[in-house]
Amino acid sequence: MTPLTPVITEHWDVPDLFTLDGYRRKGGYRALPKALAMDPDAIIGMVKETGLRGRGGAGFPTGLKWSFVPQNDGKPHYLVVNADESEPGACKDVPIMIANPHALIEGVIIASYAIRASHAFIYIRGEVPQAIRRVATAVREAEQAGLIGDNISGSGFSVRVTVHSGAGAYICGEETALLNSLEGLRGQPRLKPPFPATHGLYSLPTVVNNVETITNVPWIVNNGVDWFRQFGTGKSPGFKVFAVSGHVERPGIYEAPLGITMGELLEYAGGVRGGGPVKFWLPGGSSVPMLTADYLDTPLTYEAMVEAGSMLGTGTPMVFNNTISVVKSVTRWLEFYKHESCGKCTPCREGTYWITGLLEKFEAGHGTDPDMDLLNEVCGHIMGRSFCALGDAAATPFPAAVKYFRDEFQTATTVPVDVSFPPSAGYVFEGVAAR
Amino acid sequence: MEVTPEVRSQMSEIIDRYPNSRSALMPLLHLAQSIDDEVTPEAMEVIADALGLTTAEVAAVATFYTMYKRKPVGRHHIGVCTNTLCALLGGDAVYDAVSERLGAGHDQTDVDGTFWLERIECQAACTHAPVMTVDWEFMDNQTPASAVDIIDRLARGEQVQSTRGPVIRDFQATEHTLAFPVDGLAGEGGEADDIMLAGLTYAREHGMSAPAAPGGDA
Repeated sequence: MTPLTPVITEHWDVPDLFTLDGYRRKGGYRALPKALAMDPDAIIGMVKETGLRGRGGAGFPTGLKWSFVPQNDGKPHYLVVNADESEPGACKDVPIMIANPHALIEGVIIASYAIRASHAFIYIRGEVPQAIRRVATAVREAEQAGLIGDNISGSGFSVRVTVHSGAGAYICGEETALLNSLEGLRGQPRLKPPFPATHGLYSLPTVVNNVETITNVPWIVNNGVDWFRQFGTGKSPGFKVFAVSGHVERPGIYEAPLGITMGELLEYAGGVRGGGPVKFWLPGGSSVPMLTADYLDTPLTYEAMVEAGSMLGTGTPMVFNNTISVVKSVTRWLEFYKHESCGKCTPCREGTYWITGLLEKFEAGHGTDPDMDLLNEVCGHIMGRSFCALGDAAATPFPAAVKYFRDEFQTATTVPVDVSFPPSAGYVFEGVAAR
Repeated sequence: MEVTPEVRSQMSEIIDRYPNSRSALMPLLHLAQSIDDEVTPEAMEVIADALGLTTAEVAAVATFYTMYKRKPVGRHHIGVCTNTLCALLGGDAVYDAVSERLGAGHDQTDVDGTFWLERIECQAACTHAPVMTVDWEFMDNQTPASAVDIIDRLARGEQVQSTRGPVIRDFQATEHTLAFPVDGLAGEGGEADDIMLAGLTYAREHGMSAPAAPGGDA
């Protein structure tokens, strides 16, 4: 049994952890002077050696990303923290920002120093004012303590940190859409290449990293590469803030090494709500293919999840029991992608419209066999053909669902989903009549 | 939007945060919604003028992002998550109950124009499903009855506390926070709740911890 290993979450029960005093009492801001005494390239090298991979979903090696920023080019560099957590199922960055904003800030200062950024931006989705005020207040406290600003602790390094509120657009989680949004434009993705490392914010060298990724940095600087690599596997080293939601007895945040299994996380979370089996689960957001109970013993690593036909994604598993209709779940996700498609490219804009309409026929019990073929065809026209990953994500849920639950789509050619699966059976409270 | 000297100075302060003034557009639109409870055509002109943009450029952005409204929101914005996980764990029933209580559907206000109801997308709080928001502050783990009770209390002017945040103010106050996030309320809402602490609590109870740091430095 893989044990839980609280690192980022270790002191979350300290009542004032979100303040500078509280964080410092628990060892906070001890990594910063160590980092400022190091050569920036040595920090990049250290992060590279840990093998830390991006925690926002794509899993790109963080140190490698940092090393792509051209050095001594005489241009301003920027660090942009992607705190636009909006993926259905993802709920781990917002808790980090609410519980321990200073750990993120310490990581931001160190990462900025490493990539020689003079200005860092934290782009937080607008719908979470509690996270925004906690992070912005932490920045203010750090400024007043001389941890952010000019010539930090006499090191000669200066950095500004700006907290930026989004305004309700999932697409801004895509890094180039986020950069456009931060420039005051519509949040639509840019063509890559060029990549943000050379042409990012204001067309200048920029690193875009997820909240959890950056929050790892103080621990890496404090405790070193060998300590970090004790956690996880060779290709997926480190610890992970897993957020387990859905039909489990104790939904919540569980921090563990990468490589823990869903079955183990499920046990820590008290098992399936009300007993019974897992019907399906998704390792990390609605954009990764669903899996069944057959995969509860598969390690939650980037590599093993791909081998199982899914992806680790954001590492925030959603668990559904037998009361839940796969058809309805997928339909609702597609309604989301349709709503959030930015409209820039035709496959995604039109495709999400078509898939949603077809799925809604099944939800009402009016799907047909030709509709199944058409759904497959439309998904095929989106996958790999859209401008950014949102389109691919929208083309993911249906094929995965059909792979395991074709019979449910068959039933939905004659029987409405709410008849086969009375909605109230899945509710986590009692006493509500079916709609 | 009335541009008082105070508003003018707030606008300058926001613009000064960025190397390029256009980056101030989104926070300025939030500021506009803190002055009126919507983004008015007049506000778009004021912002365009301040940033050296056309009103069309401002409107293109204001209409892209769903948090900017072009009709008055009223005193309180009510969001109910009806994305898959929340919906199927009861969010659909919460939405129906709130909708019935308010006599309003998605993106509509009640008859008084006090409450705006919106089906919202995933709020990054799936561990706390079903999730509602009032003026974007978390109201976690709702039932139809608890959600309607919150509306009733707000309607009576009673104090309502966010489950992970401050006492509810109103929509415009939250919009002001989004423009000026150091709002003096960061101390509200306390430490992580039981759900955020679920894993830490289990680890403590069962003697689990991360490998010690070299030299015993935490």
